[in-house]
Amino acid sequence: MPTVLILGASSDIAIAMARKFAANKHNIQLAARKPMDLKPLQSDIAIRYQVSCEVYGFDALAFSTHPSFFESLNPKPDISICVFGVMEDEDAAFENFEITHRMIDTNFTGAVSILNQIAQYYSGQKKGIIVGISSVAGERGRQSKLIYGSTKAAFSAYLAGLRNKLFKDGVHVLSVKPGFVNTRMTENLKLPKPLTAEPAEVANAVYAAVQKKKNTIYVKWMWRWIMLAIKNIPEFQFKKMNL
Amino acid sequence: MEKKIANWGNYPIIDADEKKFSFDAQLEKLIAETPHFIPRGNGRCYGDASLAPTTISTLKYDNIFSFDKINGIFECQCGITLDQILEVIVPQGWFLPVTPGTKFITVGGAIGSDVHGKNHHVDGSFSNHIIDMDIMLASGETICCSTSQNPDLFEATCGGMGLTGMVTRAKFRLKKIESSWIKQKQIKAANLEEILKLFEENKHYTYSVAWIDCLKKGADFGRSILILGEHATVNELSEKQEKDPLKLPSKKQISFPFNLPSWVLNPLTVKAFNFLYYAKNTKKELSNIVPYEPFFYPLDAILHWNRGYGKKGFVQYQFVLPLDVKQGLIEILQRISAKGLGSFLAVLKVFGEQKSMISFPKEGYTLALDFPVRKGLFDFLDELDQVVLKYGGRLYMSKDARMKPEVLAAGYPELEKFKQIVSTYNPKGKIRSIQSDRLFLTSQQ
Repeated sequence: MPTVLILGASSDIAIAMARKFAANKHNIQLAARKPMDLKPLQSDIAIRYQVSCEVYGFDALAFSTHPSFFESLNPKPDISICVFGVMEDEDAAFENFEITHRMIDTNFTGAVSILNQIAQYYSGQKKGIIVGISSVAGERGRQSKLIYGSTKAAFSAYLAGLRNKLFKDGVHVLSVKPGFVNTRMTENLKLPKPLTAEPAEVANAVYAAVQKKKNTIYVKWMWRWIMLAIKNIPEFQFKKMNL
Repeated sequence: MEKKIANWGNYPIIDADEKKFSFDAQLEKLIAETPHFIPRGNGRCYGDASLAPTTISTLKYDNIFSFDKINGIFECQCGITLDQILEVIVPQGWFLPVTPGTKFITVGGAIGSDVHGKNHHVDGSFSNHIIDMDIMLASGETICCSTSQNPDLFEATCGGMGLTGMVTRAKFRLKKIESSWIKQKQIKAANLEEILKLFEENKHYTYSVAWIDCLKKGADFGRSILILGEHATVNELSEKQEKDPLKLPSKKQISFPFNLPSWVLNPLTVKAFNFLYYAKNTKKELSNIVPYEPFFYPLDAILHWNRGYGKKGFVQYQFVLPLDVKQGLIEILQRISAKGLGSFLAVLKVFGEQKSMISFPKEGYTLALDFPVRKGLFDFLDELDQVVLKYGGRLYMSKDARMKPEVLAAGYPELEKFKQIVSTYNPKGKIRSIQSDRLFLTSQQ
C-alpha cells in the first residue's frame, strides 16, 4: 500500500485530501505544527478506511528541523503533498514586515526547505511524486494579493523548476492552483459560488491528477481561462486596474 | 459566514452567522468569543430548535475515536452523520441501536433530540444506548456524563435540544446484525380500530410503524398500512444475497430540483397520493426481504423532498398520547380530516415505556403529520395542542416551530427541573436558540 505524506495537515483541504487518499487505500502520514489536534482525525482515518495513519509534529518555519523530520518518517512516503500556507490581511502585511516575512517564510522558504529534502531523496530513489498546493493568486502580481500572490508566484516557479529538474529521474511534480475554496481561510470572504470549490472537490481533483500524472491543475475549469485572460491584459492597462 | 438558514421544514428561515470548527481548541475559542449561539448539525430537525442568530456548525467535527468490532461499541465526535456511521459499521456486522427516518442527522442531533425509531417499544430511544459522553459547556470546560456520572447533565442533554453544551465525544452500543437486509411484512388495515389491534398483535416485532390515511371518513376512517420488520438472518436470504450478506446498499438518489408551488398540495392531490399508496399493495399481507435503506429511510432516496411543500415550507406536527386514550387519536384525526389541511404523510407508531426528563417519547401512540405552512394553520394547530393536552399527551420539540410555552410546560411535568439544570450548566443562557427563547427554556435577556 503506498504512503502519502501531508504537510500542513490541519487545513480543510489537507483533511479532505487525507480522507480521499485513505479511501483509495493509501497509508497516511499527517504532519502539522500541533499534532495533538490531529489525534481524532488519525483514529478516524484508521477506522473508516482501514489504513495506517501516523501523526508527526512539523513546523514549516523551523527550517533547521526539516532534515530530522524527514529522517524520522518511517516508511518514507511515496507521495508528498505540501498543503501548508498562510494568507494574512494584506494591508497589515504591507505595513508590518514581520507579517510579510512570516508569509514568505511559510509559503515559500519553508516549502522549499522541506521539498528540497524530499526531492533529493526521490531523485536518489528514481521515483516519487511531489504535489504542491500553490494558488491562482501567484499567476500575476496585483495589489489585492500583493504579498500572498508573490509568495505563491515564487512557489509556483519553484514547483515548475522542480518538475523540470526531476523529470529525468522519473520523479513527478504536480502543481495545484485552486481558485477560491470554501475553507476556514476564506470563511469571512464573500466568494462567487460557481468559482468556489469545496475542499472535497480539490481532494478529488488532486487524486485524479496524481493518477494521470498531470503537470498543473486548476480545480474549477473556469479558472484556467480566467487566469489566461488576466495574464493577457497588457501591463500599461493592468497597472491602472483595481484588481 | 452570514447566510440564510432553515431546518428541514423550511420554516422559519433566518439570517445567521454560521461558525465552523474542526478541533477542540478552535471550539473552545469560539465558545469563549461568541456571546450567544446554538450548536447545529445537519439541520434535519424540522422547526427552529437549531436556529439562532449565531450557530456553531458541528459538521466538520466528525471523527471516529474508536470502534470495538467485537463488543459493538462506537465512539465519535458529534458532527458525524448516521449515514457515515452505517458505512463503517454495517460491513462489520453492526447496526445503529436506534435510527430515525433519515440517516442524514448527526450524532449530536440524535442526542439533542433523543431520537426514536420504529423499534422504540423494544429498544427505547437513542439515549438508552449511550455509555457515556463528554460535553463542552458554555464555560469552555469539558465534563463527562452518563447515567451514573453527572446524571443531571446526562439527562438534560438527552432530548435537551443542545442547550447544555456541545457533545465533544459520545460512546454508544451498537446492535449486532447477521445481514444488511430486512425481513419486511406489510399488512393493510381497513380502519383505525384494526390498525391499533394489529399493533397490539404484532408488538413482538422489533420494528413497526404504520402509514395512515387521515383524509378518509366513515367506515374507512383511519385506513392504514402496518409495516413490520426484523433484521434478516443469513439463512433467510436468497442465494444471491447470501454471498455478501453485509453488503451496503448501492447509492442511488434523485433530487427534488425546485420548490413545488404550494397549490400543488391540496385535498384532491393528497387523496390521490394516499389512494395510490394504499392500492399499491394488492394483497392484505405482503412479505419480502428488502435492503435496510428503503425500510428505514424511504424518503432519503429523494434528496430535498422537503421542497415538495413549496417555498413557504411546512411544519411537522408530532405528538404522543397515552395508550388508553384511543378517543384522543380519533378526535385529532377527525379534526384534521374535517379541516382538509392535507397531510401528505401521517406516521403512526407505538412507544414503549420510557423514563425521561425532557425526551419526547413516553408510552403511548405517536402520530406525525406534515402541514404546509398557510394561513390559518397555526390557529388550527393551537386547537390541536389543546386536544393533545386534554388527553395527557405532549409534542416533540424537534418538529416544533410554533408551540406556545404553556403547551410545552403542560406536557412535560419535569420541565422546571430541566430548566434548573440548563441554568446550572449554561448559566447566562449563552447557548440558546430561537426555540429556547420562544419556549422560555433560556432566560430572556
